[in-house]
Formats: sequence, structure tokens, C-alpha cells
Amino acid sequence: MSEIIKVGMADLKTCISPDGVTTLGLGSCVGIALRDPVTKVGGMAHIMLPDSTMIRNSQQNIAKFADTGIDELVRQMEKLGAKRSRLEAKIAGGATMFRFSANSDTVMVGERNVAATKKKLSELNIPILAEDTGANYGRTVTYFPESGEFHIRAVGKEETII
Amino acid sequence: MSDISLEKVSENYADVLKEIGNIGAGNAMTALSQMLQCKVDMKVPQVKLLDFAEVGELMGGEEQIMVGVYLGVEGDITGSMMFLVEQGSAKHLINKIMMGMASEGEEFTEMELSAMKEVGNIITGAYLNSLSSLTNLKIFPTPPELTVDMACAILSVPAIHFGTLGDKILLIQSQFYDEVEIDGYFILIPDLESYSKILNSLGIPMV
Repeated sequence: MSEIIKVGMADLKTCISPDGVTTLGLGSCVGIALRDPVTKVGGMAHIMLPDSTMIRNSQQNIAKFADTGIDELVRQMEKLGAKRSRLEAKIAGGATMFRFSANSDTVMVGERNVAATKKKLSELNIPILAEDTGANYGRTVTYFPESGEFHIRAVGKEETII
Repeated sequence: MSDISLEKVSENYADVLKEIGNIGAGNAMTALSQMLQCKVDMKVPQVKLLDFAEVGELMGGEEQIMVGVYLGVEGDITGSMMFLVEQGSAKHLINKIMMGMASEGEEFTEMELSAMKEVGNIITGAYLNSLSSLTNLKIFPTPPELTVDMACAILSVPAIHFGTLGDKILLIQSQFYDEVEIDGYFILIPDLESYSKILNSLGIPMV
């Protein structure tokens, strides 16, 4: 039986086909799904902030940031037999949940998360095959490394597969 | 005051913070029950220190569809405040306010959302007013914003704000309900530095 492994906020998990990974209720956070299409090793990171270098305290959960989270996900996937040069990505999330926010550091954080995610993936030469980012609504995403299908659900919308 | 941590605040001052939640939400409940012309009850407030991964499970699951009214808190203290009502409860609440004229089904009309935003505005205002008179601090809400979405997606907004400081979020949660169908939450989320101001103003110096 295949299993769907749950990834929490500021968390990351790996899986091997036929298992999949899911994260529920992505808001301004970004879900980054990676797989090696040959070994079918996959994984997902649910990052909430763009950049670990802007934060003073270094002893933090590295899955929280786009830069360190993606590095760590790739590292864990390589341990399971994924090859970095074959990795491919699909991303979703980065919404702006409220039109403005009183806290200046959370303004546009969704967009900044998406930009930081793309920058990191391009540094690692991991192509982004598909994305569903931005807008103003939350998303639940499930990723299957077997097919590379990325299922996206949102309130009041049909499920889409990218 | 760099040695203040969320852990310390929640360990040492949970009772005071619960009392703040009690007084604030109590006032808000009075405002709400006047508006609805019915009795609304509330549960004992809870002070919660959560990992981000736990945030989504705060209110009936990550994907529970909620109507969320979010406003910033400014003035002597800073932070944010949320008023969250489960979708069905929100419909019930709107229907009462609109004298039974709410639309059928799960969707909300523009007017219903606007009514809901105003309800949120009034009752979070009542919450913050009572906190302000209790502490003698100036507390201003920013204009409210509303969204209908999954609980986890809504709560990611304050969580991200706390993410810049550490790996946990501290909040004061009050749950309210009536005999039938209303189930909702107030969540007050002061910034870390605001806790010492609140406690100091109550004559409780932080140690």
C-alpha cells in the first residue's frame, strides 16, 4: 500500500514511489516538490520565509527558509538515491492572504518566498516544470514522484493537476 | 530586554495572559450577543505556545474552511488579532444579523462578507478596548481584512511573522459558542516585546 506522507508548516519530508507527499493549507508559504524521475525519489519542503541569512539567530529550523530548506531536501533525497543532476521541481503557494498586513516584514512575503525559491532552484540547476503561485487563496498540494503529478486543491475550485 | 523569550512568557505569565483573554473576549462576547440578540458563551481562554507544524491543527484541522478577519494592532503595543469563524457558523451568524435574509448554500455574497467584516471590526474593537482600559495603554486596530479559506492558510500569516524571530508562536485563544450553531475563535497575537509592556502596565514586572 502506498502512503501519503504529511509535511507540516516549516517542515520537509522525503518519500519513494509509490508513496507521495502532501502539505495542507499553504498560504503565503511555498510548497516545493522535487523528484528524481529515474529512481522515483521525491520530497517536499514547506517553507515560510525567503532567506535564512536575514535572520540573526542561526540555531533555527532550517526547513523554515527557502534557501536552507531546499538544500536540506536535496541532501536528504540524495541519501535515498536521488541524483542531483536529474532533479525536477514543481512549486505552489506564495499567496497574499490579506491585501495588506500591519507587520511590514510580512508584506508581500508570499511573492518574496516564490522569488527566493526560484532563485535557489536555479542556482542548483533544478528546472521548474510547473507552478501555481501567487493570487490570494490557500492551497493543499499532493505530489507523486511516480508520475510527477502535482495535485492542487483550493477552496471553491476544482482540483487541478500540474 | 533581549532575554525575554516566548517560552519564558508562556511559562511564567500564562494566568495573567488568560485573564487578559477572558476580559477581552468577555467584552467582545457582550458586543456580539447584543448584535445577535441571543446568548453567546465562551470557554476558558487558552495560552498556547506552538510549533509552526501544530498551528494548522488549532481549530478543527488544517483544511477547515474558516471566515477569517485579520487586523493589525498598533500603538503602545503591536501585534495582530484574528477573529475566526467556521464557514457554517459564519453563515448562521450572518443570517441572524441580516434577519434571515442570508443566501442559501456555502458561498458568501459580497454583502454577507462585508457584514461579516463589520461584525469582526466591532467585536475585535470591543476586545481591544477592554485591553486598553485595563492596561492604560494606547491600542489601535488597523482596518480589518477578511478572507474565506483553509484555517492553516489563514494562520500562516501570523506564523510567518513569528518565523522571523524563532520557531514558535505564542497566542491567546478564546473560543465562543452558542447553544446551536456558532463556533468561533478570537486570537490575540502580541509581538514579543509587547508582553513586557502589557505586564508592566498591570504592575507585574517581568523577571
